[in-house]
Amino acid sequence: MTTVLVPETATPAEVPSVTRRSSRPWRILGYAALGAAGVVVLLPFYWMVLSSLKTNNEVFTIPVRWITTDPVWSNYADIWSKSNMGAWLGNTVFLSAVVTLLQVATGSFAAYGFAKVHFPGRDVLFLAYIGTLAVPWQSYMVPQFVMMTKLQLTDSLWSIVALQAFGALGVFMMKQFYETVPDELLDAARIDGMSEYGIYRRIMLPLSVPALASLTLITAVTTWNDYMGPLIYLRSPDLWTIQIGLKSFISQYNAEYALIMTGSVLSVLPIVVVFLLGQRYFVEGIATTGLKG
Amino acid sequence: MTTMPVRRRRWRNTAVGLSFLLPNFIGFLILTLIPVGLLFYYAFTEWNVFGGATWTGLDNFRQMARDTTFWTALRNTLYYAAFHIPLTLGVSLGLALLLNRKLRGVAFFRTVAFFPYITSIVAVAQIWNMLFSPGYGPVNELLRWVGVDNPPGWTTSADWSMPAVILVGTWRDMGYYMLLFLAGLQTIPGQLYEAARVDGASAWQRFRAVTLPGLRPTTFFITVLLTIGSFKVFDLILVMTNGGPGQSTLVLAQYIFRKGFEENQFGYASAVSIVLFAICLVVTVVQFVVNKRRSS
Repeated sequence: MTTVLVPETATPAEVPSVTRRSSRPWRILGYAALGAAGVVVLLPFYWMVLSSLKTNNEVFTIPVRWITTDPVWSNYADIWSKSNMGAWLGNTVFLSAVVTLLQVATGSFAAYGFAKVHFPGRDVLFLAYIGTLAVPWQSYMVPQFVMMTKLQLTDSLWSIVALQAFGALGVFMMKQFYETVPDELLDAARIDGMSEYGIYRRIMLPLSVPALASLTLITAVTTWNDYMGPLIYLRSPDLWTIQIGLKSFISQYNAEYALIMTGSVLSVLPIVVVFLLGQRYFVEGIATTGLKG
Repeated sequence: MTTMPVRRRRWRNTAVGLSFLLPNFIGFLILTLIPVGLLFYYAFTEWNVFGGATWTGLDNFRQMARDTTFWTALRNTLYYAAFHIPLTLGVSLGLALLLNRKLRGVAFFRTVAFFPYITSIVAVAQIWNMLFSPGYGPVNELLRWVGVDNPPGWTTSADWSMPAVILVGTWRDMGYYMLLFLAGLQTIPGQLYEAARVDGASAWQRFRAVTLPGLRPTTFFITVLLTIGSFKVFDLILVMTNGGPGQSTLVLAQYIFRKGFEENQFGYASAVSIVLFAICLVVTVVQFVVNKRRSS
C-alpha cells in the first residue's frame, strides 16, 4: 500500500528561505493567495466540526449557516450509544500500536543488516525489497488474500498486523538513515569487541531516534487511516476499525448528518493530535523518503 | 578478529547478517514477495474460491479484450490521471512557491496544508459528499451566488462525478506534494537568484530561468509518484462514489476488487492486476528515459 522512490533532491527542510522581502503589492498579493488557500484547505474541516455541533435539520439550510449559536454537545454523547464507536476505536488503537511496534522493530533490525553487515547476496535481497515497492498494492491484493486465506489469517485482527507490519517501507527508510552513520564509528566498537547486535542496540538505536520517530508516526497514521485492508479482511463487526465502522454507520444512518460528522471528528481527532505533537518528525520523514501511503 | 580465518569470518558475517534480516524478511516473503510472484501464475488460470486453479493460457486476456466494463474502467482511470496529475502539480507547486516566501503565518499554513493528507479517506469522502450535495450543499450555493444558474449535480451526476472525485483527490494530495516541492526549492542556491536580479531579470524570468530548472529533479520525482498514485486510485473513489453513478467513476483498481473479492474470480482479477502493474511500470520507465534524455 506504500510506494517509495529515492528522492534526488530532498533535504531536511531546515535551510532558511532565500527569497528577499518583496515589494508591497507582491506582499499584499501573497497574503491574499495565502488567505484563499487557507480557506480552501480549512473550510471543509470547519464544516465538519460545525455540522457535528448542529441538529440534523440545521446541517443543510439555505443559506448555509456558518456559525451555530446553540451547539448541540449531546451529539458527542449520543454517538457512543448509537454506534459501536468504543470498540472500533479500541481495535484501531490496538492495531496501530502493534503494527507500529513490529514495523519499527523488524524494519530497523533488518535495515542494520542491509546497511552495515557485509555478506554475499545482500544486495540481491535488497533489490527484492525495492522491486516490490514499485508494484502497486492494488495489483497483488488478490494473490495476497489467497495467501492469507491459506494461512487462515482472515477475519482476525492479526491479518491486518501481518499485512502492515512487514512492509518494505520501514527497512528502506531506516537503511537510508543508517548509511549516513560513518563506518569508522562501528569499526571502533568492533575492535573493542562489541558484537553486531550490541552495536545495533547500543550505538545505532540511540543515534537513530529521529528516524525511528518519523517511521513510528508515519506507520501509526497509515494504519489508523487504512481502509482497504480492514475492508477485505475484517468481516465480523466486533473486529471493525474506526474507518470501517464509520463507513457502515454512514450507510446505516444516512440521514443523521450531524451524528455522521460527529463520528468523523472522532475518527480524525486522534490523528490530528498525534500529527501536531510529532509534526517535525513526520515532515522530515516524508521529505527524506518521499513516500506515499 | 584479525586472527580469525577469512573464510570463517565470511561465514559468520553471513549468518549474522541474515539473522538481522530474518524477522522482517519472513513476513515480507510470505505476504509480499510470494503474492507478487503468484500474480503472474494466477493471471493465466481460471480460478474461483471453490475449485483449484486451471491453466488457461491467455484466455483471461482475450476475455479482457472483449470486456466492455474493463475498457470503461481503463478509460475512467486515464480520465482521472489526465486531470489529476497536472492539476495537483500546478496547485502544489503554487503552494510551495507561496510558502517559500517571507510572509507572516507561513509556518502555520505549512502545518495546516498537511491536514487533508493525514485525514482518513472515509471522513474526507463524507465531508466532500456533503459539501457537493446538489440542492443544499455549500459548493453549489457558492456557485449560484456567483451567478451559475444551473450548478452541476456533482457525485449524483454521471458527467460531474469524475470532476468531483478529481477535485477531492487534488485537495487531499496537494499538501503532501507541496512538502516535496518545498524541499526541492530549498536546494536551489540563493546566489543564483541574486545573480539573476543583478542581471535585471524580472520575477517571471527568474522563475523560468532559475526556479524551474532547479526544480527539475523534484518535478520529475513528483510526476512519477503522482502518475503511479493516479493509476492506482481506489479507496477515495470506493468510498465517495463506489464507482457510480452507473460506471462513471469505476477505475481499474476497483474493477480488480470487484472481480476478485465480490465475484471471486481470482484468475481474471489477477489478469486485470497485471494490466494495472504493466501500465505503472511502462509509465515510470518512459518518464525515466525522457528525463534522462532531456537532462543530457
